[in-house]
Amino acid sequence: MNFSEVFKQSNQLCKISPDGKYLATCVQYRLVVREVSTLQILQLYTCLDQISHMDWSSDSLFILCAMYKRGLVQVWSLEQPDWHCKIDEGSIGLVSSRWSPDGRHILNTTEFHLRVTVWSLCTKAVSYIKYPKACQKGIDFSKDGCYMALAERRDCKDYVSVFVCDDWHLLRHFETETQDLAGLEWSPNGCVLAVWDSSLEYKVLLYSLDGRLLSTYSAYEWSLGIKSVTWSPSSQFLAIGSYDEKVRVLNHITWKKITQFEHLATINNTKAVVYKEVEKRPTVRSDNLSLHNITIGTNLFNTQSKYEICPPPVQIPVVKPDPDRANPKIGVSTLAFSSDSRYLATKNDNMASVVWVWDMQKMSLEAVLEQTSAVRCFQWDPLRPRLALCTGNTKLYLWSPAGCVSVQVPTEGGFQVQSLNWHCGGDSLILLGKEQLCLCYMDTDQVDK
Amino acid sequence: MSPSRQNNFVSMLSSLPLSRSSYNVICAFCTEDNMPQCMSYINQELDSLGLCSPRIEASSPGGAGLNTVPALNAMYELMQIHRRNMCTLEELENDQLKKSSTLDHMQMNNSRLKDQLELSIREKSGLHETERQLQLKIKTLQSCLKTEKDEVQKLQSIIASRASQYSHDAKRKEREAAKLKERLGQLLVDRKDKKLALDVLNSLGRSDGKRSHWKTAKTTTSHEDEMYKSLLNDYEVSQRSLLLENAELKKVLQQMKKEMIHILSPRLPSTRGAAAENSREQADSDGEEKAGDTSRETLDQSCEHAREQLTNSIRQQWRKLRNHMEKLDSQASLVHHQLESNKEVIPRETHEDEMERMRREVQQCKEFIHAQQQLLQQQLNTSFDDETAALLNDCYTLEEKERLKEEWRLFEEQKRNFARERKNFTEAAIRLGREKKAFEEDRASWLKNQFLNMTPFTDRRRCSSSDGQSALSVRSEPEMRMSSTKAQLAKSSAYATFSTPKSTQSATVPSTTELYRTLRLIPDSSSSRHSNRGSWQESNTIDDGDFRVKSNRIQCRDLSIFSLGGDENSLT
Repeated sequence: MNFSEVFKQSNQLCKISPDGKYLATCVQYRLVVREVSTLQILQLYTCLDQISHMDWSSDSLFILCAMYKRGLVQVWSLEQPDWHCKIDEGSIGLVSSRWSPDGRHILNTTEFHLRVTVWSLCTKAVSYIKYPKACQKGIDFSKDGCYMALAERRDCKDYVSVFVCDDWHLLRHFETETQDLAGLEWSPNGCVLAVWDSSLEYKVLLYSLDGRLLSTYSAYEWSLGIKSVTWSPSSQFLAIGSYDEKVRVLNHITWKKITQFEHLATINNTKAVVYKEVEKRPTVRSDNLSLHNITIGTNLFNTQSKYEICPPPVQIPVVKPDPDRANPKIGVSTLAFSSDSRYLATKNDNMASVVWVWDMQKMSLEAVLEQTSAVRCFQWDPLRPRLALCTGNTKLYLWSPAGCVSVQVPTEGGFQVQSLNWHCGGDSLILLGKEQLCLCYMDTDQVDK
Repeated sequence: MSPSRQNNFVSMLSSLPLSRSSYNVICAFCTEDNMPQCMSYINQELDSLGLCSPRIEASSPGGAGLNTVPALNAMYELMQIHRRNMCTLEELENDQLKKSSTLDHMQMNNSRLKDQLELSIREKSGLHETERQLQLKIKTLQSCLKTEKDEVQKLQSIIASRASQYSHDAKRKEREAAKLKERLGQLLVDRKDKKLALDVLNSLGRSDGKRSHWKTAKTTTSHEDEMYKSLLNDYEVSQRSLLLENAELKKVLQQMKKEMIHILSPRLPSTRGAAAENSREQADSDGEEKAGDTSRETLDQSCEHAREQLTNSIRQQWRKLRNHMEKLDSQASLVHHQLESNKEVIPRETHEDEMERMRREVQQCKEFIHAQQQLLQQQLNTSFDDETAALLNDCYTLEEKERLKEEWRLFEEQKRNFARERKNFTEAAIRLGREKKAFEEDRASWLKNQFLNMTPFTDRRRCSSSDGQSALSVRSEPEMRMSSTKAQLAKSSAYATFSTPKSTQSATVPSTTELYRTLRLIPDSSSSRHSNRGSWQESNTIDDGDFRVKSNRIQCRDLSIFSLGGDENSLT
């Protein structure tokens, strides 16, 4: 495993192009484009204000930089550095900006979600979509880039509009049976749209592409409901994480629950492997404690850690959330399927330092990773069943069915890994700190424990 | 009066009832004859009764009459007594009546109360029973209450969380509305009508390279068609996969059925007392199989009927297999009980022994590996382990110490030898000094003689040898020293008066180098001693400085000797 040197970035804006060749980072108001293999700077663009959001177009030729405060969006071309494009939303403000799947249209959501403006870079035409809903996930594009689903709210009722991304033609418009639609997501095969309600009501509705309601699922009433929803990459499963610390999995044939995964405080399962991170503090000899040694040896503050396998029964540390606050820190907030749909990784918010890995073939718990501090981010390798996670310290953790390993990021001055992203080729990782980023190149062989 | 008579009277009186007719009997008590006796008796009786009436006496002694007054008094008193007795008797009778009535009353009361008591006891037990039932009911109600309370609390907490969520959302919306109002106000005030702008250098081509089309009804229908096509595609794909899965599962079931039949059929003859049943079963299964085959051939695979038939047959076979297995199990257990002391047990025992042995071996191997690991660790951890480092250091120092000791020993030996040599040298030097003095005197005298009888061509060799002889005194010394002194004296004999033997002034030992140099003049004798000299030179390094100076001087002397020799030759 090799680590590159540390580069600067601001706002955690650092993305690899869809074709995997370039890396774009934002440093304040500058956009830096590097080549992934050599990390040489290819292009440097300057925007008019601090960049709030940055994204690649789907063909890896253009990058959009949005500055929400100024209401501006600037688009840069990789092939022609002197090509420029500036979109000014004016006084209406800008809240979010994104590419369309064909890479030639930009969708801007104005302030207060008054409307969605569709700017065409081919025809310079503008279209407007009214009454978009301000919710967790109001817009979703299907994977093949053909259709866009948009959540709308009119007269205290929720609607979903399906647009054809080709010419922004409204294909379907139907009302949903939700109280307060919180999000919608296309299945990876693009034929089913999952729509879920806010946390006050546990309800998941499944609509077919042509707007027919296929099925409704509600696990319970009254208590706080759905916290997170995700499709498996094969479109076979829909995993729903809720505030009652359980994950329910629906199957695509009957849309009924096939299993539910509980996150218990005591693990008695003998088939699951429980990895516990244990820190080894380096011993300090009193005769070595000279100033020279302290300043040179950052090892004093970088504690080594390794994983220990704990035999069952294992107690998981639980933090009870404040009952009076809204959006309590309890329930399954993060779900991620591995690329082959074999594994599901979950995180329960009141056991924040633990990541659970479930085997979808056996429908049982496969592994539990207990870290020393709260897990900030985890992501599956796009090609193989390998999970990378970070907890905000200077280490990177990797889990695979063969074992688990903790790797110290070898940078000076302590690089706190706050989030991470896999390269689409699955052989390198981008580690993002507060103001820095670092690339980690994996070996071709798997690293075992 | 005679006591017997009195007794007779008393017995008579006592046996008679107290009635008026008794007066007649009393008349029988006293007769003309026994008057005094009667009188005395009566007096006695009156006395015994405590009456204080005077004695009844006869009116005249021996007369038949009485004193009437005392008799009347006595009679009156007796009547009084009698009356009193009758009264008391009446009273007592009354009393008795009363008492008996009260007794009856009490008894009646008693029985009534007893009845009441029994009744109340029964009532009490009944009440106890009801109380117990009521307690039970209370408990159940309390538990119901508890569950209800818990549910209420749960609902309350849910309501509370929902309320907090609602209030949070409402606040958020309110804040947004406020921002909107503010923005609206701002826009109304600030009506510059800034146009939204898109500033592009040049238009881009479409990503798929095609030209864009006009929006017509045809496009909308084409979109619809596209959508339906993709949906249908997806359905077809999933249906195909489901069909495949179905077919596979059916195949698996068929195979399972076949195998189950196969398993059951050869076993059938071995089971006890079920031959007829088995043949029936076989017939059934055969018949079924045939039916299954036909159904597969004639009907469609997804037909309901065929599926049902298949599943039913599978279930039947499975039931048979299960029963069979149960039978076998029971048989096995019976057999096990019966054949406990059989050799079937022994193999198990040996098996267990083998296992034990293997376990022990494994344990030993593990221990061995562990020990090896430890040793290896010890070997590797030299710098971190203080103890081993100290130990190792000790070993090294010990080795060094030994070596040092050896060297010291050698050194001491050499020192001793050197001291000895030194002593010998000093002695030799002293001797040499003395001999030199003697020689000088001799020489002086000889020179005097020579000078006095100055003739050329004297035999120098003869003189030198004679001089050597005269100057030398043979002692028991090592050969080299003798020869060295000989050589020195030989050379110094050629001196003229102008070289003073400075070396004799200092009584120090001539160095080995001096000896070495002097001995060089006698090559054959010194060559064999070269090797010896080497070691001597080494060991006498301490006093070397001094001697080197001297050796230089000796060298000069040697040179001078040589030159003198030449001179001498020229002289002569």
